[in-house]
Amino acid sequence: MPEMTYREAVAKALADELASDPDVIFFGEDVGEAGGVFKVTPGLYERFGGDRVRDTPISEQAIIGTALGAAITGLRPVAELMFADFVPVALDQIANQVAKYRYMSGGQFVVPLTIRAAQGGGNGFGTQHSQCAESWLMNFPGIKVVSPSTPVDMYGLLRGAIRENNPVFVLEHKGLYNLKGEVPDDTAPMNLGEAKVVRAGSHVTVVASQLMLHRALEAAAALAKEGIEVEVIDLRSFVPLDKTTILQSLAKTNRLVVVEEAPHQAGWGGDIVSLAADEGVYWLAAPVKRVNMGGALIAYSPPLEDEVLPNVGRITRAIRDVLAA
Amino acid sequence: MTLELDARQRALKQMLEIRLAEEKIQELFLANLIRGTTHLAIGQEAVAAGSTAALIPGDKVTCTYRGHHHALALGMTLRGMMGEMMGKATGACKGKGGSMHMTDATIGLLGANAIVGAQLPIALGAALTAQVKKTGNIAVTFFGEAASNIGAFHEALNMASIWKLPVLFICENNLYGEYSVWSKTTPIQNIADRAAAYNIPGVMVDGQDTEAVYQVVKTAADRARTGQGPSLIECKTYRYRGHSRTDTAPYRKPGELDEWLQRDPINILKERMIADGQLDEVEYEELRQAAETAVVDAIEWAKNEPFPALESLYADVYYEG
Repeated sequence: MPEMTYREAVAKALADELASDPDVIFFGEDVGEAGGVFKVTPGLYERFGGDRVRDTPISEQAIIGTALGAAITGLRPVAELMFADFVPVALDQIANQVAKYRYMSGGQFVVPLTIRAAQGGGNGFGTQHSQCAESWLMNFPGIKVVSPSTPVDMYGLLRGAIRENNPVFVLEHKGLYNLKGEVPDDTAPMNLGEAKVVRAGSHVTVVASQLMLHRALEAAAALAKEGIEVEVIDLRSFVPLDKTTILQSLAKTNRLVVVEEAPHQAGWGGDIVSLAADEGVYWLAAPVKRVNMGGALIAYSPPLEDEVLPNVGRITRAIRDVLAA
Repeated sequence: MTLELDARQRALKQMLEIRLAEEKIQELFLANLIRGTTHLAIGQEAVAAGSTAALIPGDKVTCTYRGHHHALALGMTLRGMMGEMMGKATGACKGKGGSMHMTDATIGLLGANAIVGAQLPIALGAALTAQVKKTGNIAVTFFGEAASNIGAFHEALNMASIWKLPVLFICENNLYGEYSVWSKTTPIQNIADRAAAYNIPGVMVDGQDTEAVYQVVKTAADRARTGQGPSLIECKTYRYRGHSRTDTAPYRKPGELDEWLQRDPINILKERMIADGQLDEVEYEELRQAAETAVVDAIEWAKNEPFPALESLYADVYYEG
């Protein structure tokens, strides 16, 4: 079974979709001849040519608007925003245009558009190159949002997103690009909207994603040695949200911890807690906990960045807290 | 380059329908049959009629919230428009769009946009599709002179030039960006001059003369269709009304409107056709009457159409399937 990195999974998914559908095109800043600033897309320009793999100016509004216009006229574009921190630079096109184009026309258009962006902290990129974008994007109905945590999901969800007839953000965590994992040759494009229980347990449910998922798994492995069985859910898809998987787990464990790489206020974890309160409250045996960045911003200095992002210690403490309650 | 007789007749009919529809729309607002706001293009009809005369099936258009004239000139039905104005289920956008979002994919109208300048990059995408699929089609995007001060304008012209996209940027310089005369907000005389910064042609034209507009748009369109890239066209025009329905335009110089009324786009084409023996006053009056009848019919029809079912609120947020 072939093993590849998360980075290679992105490139393979793009290459496979470019090869399978002539309407797929791919563009962004430095994605062509340079192969991407994270070296995620080398070889695509050479293989598919400059007509279908294009370098753009540093013009995020033009990139997203052009991708939208292409999507509603017969192409299936994949646009890259490089850093997810650039989402706000193109926010009009994302929030007012991409998200609403189908709706405000009364359904006249399908918008088969994929937007990729690299997100997340932990690498010393400072406060404007380290943020996660899910919570921003979730407030715009009309857009779907997925955040793969493993190479196989990266491959399958990116291909699924490109085939989707709706706008999809595929958020890639920079801290996972070197993560290796098996990606079977027959991995098919995956459906969006499905969470996955990646570690079964009966005492407490932890919902997390990407870098935080891997930290939660680390915490769960350590706690298992004490006989604490943590069920870990990889959310994978933020929109649509897989309520069923979360509620089924809650019904089993009766306890919930949400780990977000995001500020607390209006963070996506609030939606998970709201789900638990609305539809799972009678299963809850303890108050829920959110582990996140609180009200702080990401700082450059290593100890400060280490402190703001939820780490294994903070996740472990939250799990112990809800178990003690 | 003048238009053939049938194209002149079509343009005159379009402009009369636009003028009368816009006047009625204002009345409907005052009667509270239309909600929110509206932005009338009275005085700017020749830009729409002249530009669209140069388009062919498959061409795509994005425009602004002051875009009723573009929609009607492209072929949106009066009923579809009036239904949409009143938020009816049978409106052009099923009541989801309203005055500022007239859209009809079947005629290539990819949408009127309520965010200044946002429609320019979207037109680039339609042009990209035409380029990649080698259709020979073009995209056209209309915008006001004030939109040339927003970032999306500059990003769009730059990228369109780099990629040699078949897209026409048609600026309707109606002298006012909302409530401000453009010389107060813009440090250059002509918007067309901005083309130089992007190494594309920048052309100015009398926006009140349908055939002059047609001529420059046709030339730019032919250029774009043959792979020579985008153009910026500045149509010097004037909006007879204020920015939106509550604006009486007190900021205008005294006499300015009267001067522009002397160069009314409908009259210019009408007089030219009379001079060429293609029209007389009786025929013109018949045309005007027919346009009025069509507008009134559409309004009465729309009044009696149903509002959307409440369940439709959740339809078309996503494509299902």
